[in-house]
Amino acid sequence: MAVDLPSLMTSLKARFGDDVLGHAVFREQYVVRIRRGANLPLLRFLRDDAGFDMLTDVTCVDSLSLPQDMQADYPERFAVVYQLYSVPHNERLRVKAYVPEEPCEIDSVTPLWEAANWGEREVYDMYGVVFKGHPDLKRILMPDGYEGHPLRKDYPLKGRGERDRFQKYTEIPPR
Amino acid sequence: MPHDNPDPIARVAPTAAQRIGETLSVNLGPQHPSMHGTLRLKVEVDGEVLVKVEPEIGFLHTGFEKLAEYRNYNQFVVISDRANYFSPLNNNIGFAVACEELFGLQVPPRGQYVRVIMAELSRIADHIISVGLQGLDLGAFSVMLWTFIEREKLYDIFEAVTGARLTTSWTRVGGIFRDVPPDFPEMVRAFLAKLPAALDEIEEMLNRNRIFMDRCIGIGTLTRQEAISYGVTGPMLRACGVPYDIRRARPYLCYSGLDFEIPTRAEGDVYARYLVRMAEMRQAIRIIVQALEKLPGGGENKDKLPVSVLDHKVMLPPKDMVYNDMESLIHHFKITMPGHGLMPPKGEVYSCTEAPNGELGFYIVSDGTGLPYRVRIRPPSFYNYATFPKQATGRLISDAVSAMASINVIAGELDR
Repeated sequence: MAVDLPSLMTSLKARFGDDVLGHAVFREQYVVRIRRGANLPLLRFLRDDAGFDMLTDVTCVDSLSLPQDMQADYPERFAVVYQLYSVPHNERLRVKAYVPEEPCEIDSVTPLWEAANWGEREVYDMYGVVFKGHPDLKRILMPDGYEGHPLRKDYPLKGRGERDRFQKYTEIPPR
Repeated sequence: MPHDNPDPIARVAPTAAQRIGETLSVNLGPQHPSMHGTLRLKVEVDGEVLVKVEPEIGFLHTGFEKLAEYRNYNQFVVISDRANYFSPLNNNIGFAVACEELFGLQVPPRGQYVRVIMAELSRIADHIISVGLQGLDLGAFSVMLWTFIEREKLYDIFEAVTGARLTTSWTRVGGIFRDVPPDFPEMVRAFLAKLPAALDEIEEMLNRNRIFMDRCIGIGTLTRQEAISYGVTGPMLRACGVPYDIRRARPYLCYSGLDFEIPTRAEGDVYARYLVRMAEMRQAIRIIVQALEKLPGGGENKDKLPVSVLDHKVMLPPKDMVYNDMESLIHHFKITMPGHGLMPPKGEVYSCTEAPNGELGFYIVSDGTGLPYRVRIRPPSFYNYATFPKQATGRLISDAVSAMASINVIAGELDR
């Protein structure tokens, strides 16, 4: 029994209406493009009714410096990308939810998958997307006091001088 | 009975007597012998019982994904080595497979077989070291030394093929930078002939070892549902009874033409992960033997079968052609000059391969220029390690060490 992805696309469109912006196929990989408000119900539907029981990855794309003709695919600046996999059906699906620069937030999918916990923390750390309802949203790779979100396209490769601003100890700090 | 153990010791959760009623915050790592790499655990202990476990990661964060946006596709191969320093070849191959899917390239059969052989050798190198370090953490020091002997032999093969022991940077988009040496099949066969005896020796030392069993059986148990919810992949998932292996689920290279089994265990504990790793090494031997038999051209490759795509707009032409042929000189310049080389179509792909630790995915967004717009590495260690608090909370500190060893966390790909 396999998931029929083309008919799944039509049923998603029928079920979620305008919240589904469309879908695309490239190299036989399906992408569903959705509004951010629908991410939780749509992913719950995909998990419970369509059999996509594994969230293999959560990541994000910043469309700031994309060429003009590709900007049309990004109604908002950020796209949070969910890579789904179905263990019983051996099928893959990608869901992209678009998040504007302000307010840069989207519902967390941690109620659906434990994997979203660390994945969303990394997206928050690297892109500054706030996941509402996340149990422990804080930086994961960068240090706690870090300012800025390094994978944003307007963040320079060399950093903003963080290396020069390390706190220097001239004597052993008092306990 | 789990693990067919005739004399099972029931490992139960720590009793109330082992708790003293007040908690103490302790840091394990980032500099600690039981922490594999620069990992730090913030734990709260009650007596010797872990009440709260919080992994702190990121000490080895080097910005691979940011760097990728400023490097062209072939330059990123060098960075992919550094992500997993236990099995760099699998990372090279995983990235090359992802790029070929994006570019729409088909590698010639000889190149595919050579890649499969090297990927499986690298899998053996990774698994055997991970088993050895697991032994080390649980007090079986000699096993660690034996496994390093085997890896040393593998590194000799890697050096002969790629020119480097660790930082292999072996693949290119569309193939391999050079063919394997003529004595490659003999080298691999000579290694494989002695490997089963070494594996037997390790199993003899560990499988029925009372201390090893006591510290592994029933420790770090994950159920099938938990493992799937956490996005766990690789030997850890197969130890939970899910026969998910990307080599079978989504065959890449020439895996669909090779006969092998996917070892699984139902128990989901540390011991099951060890058994799965050992069984996978034996399957890897089976795959390599078949691939060597089917290798088009054999070791000598008298017919000069290609290992890479023949299009010199993709692969650099050989040096003698560059010196003696104008078109090849132009191709050479075009490929190496920024803004002129390989241009993928606009689009995005998510491609995954079975690395020793699990699903190694590359999500590449291309804007049609020579530099990728976004490269996301989906590291298996990241999602496998996220289960660690679940495995360790409520257990003794020594159980946490055992569980940590079985996850085989690679800080390089964990933090990227």
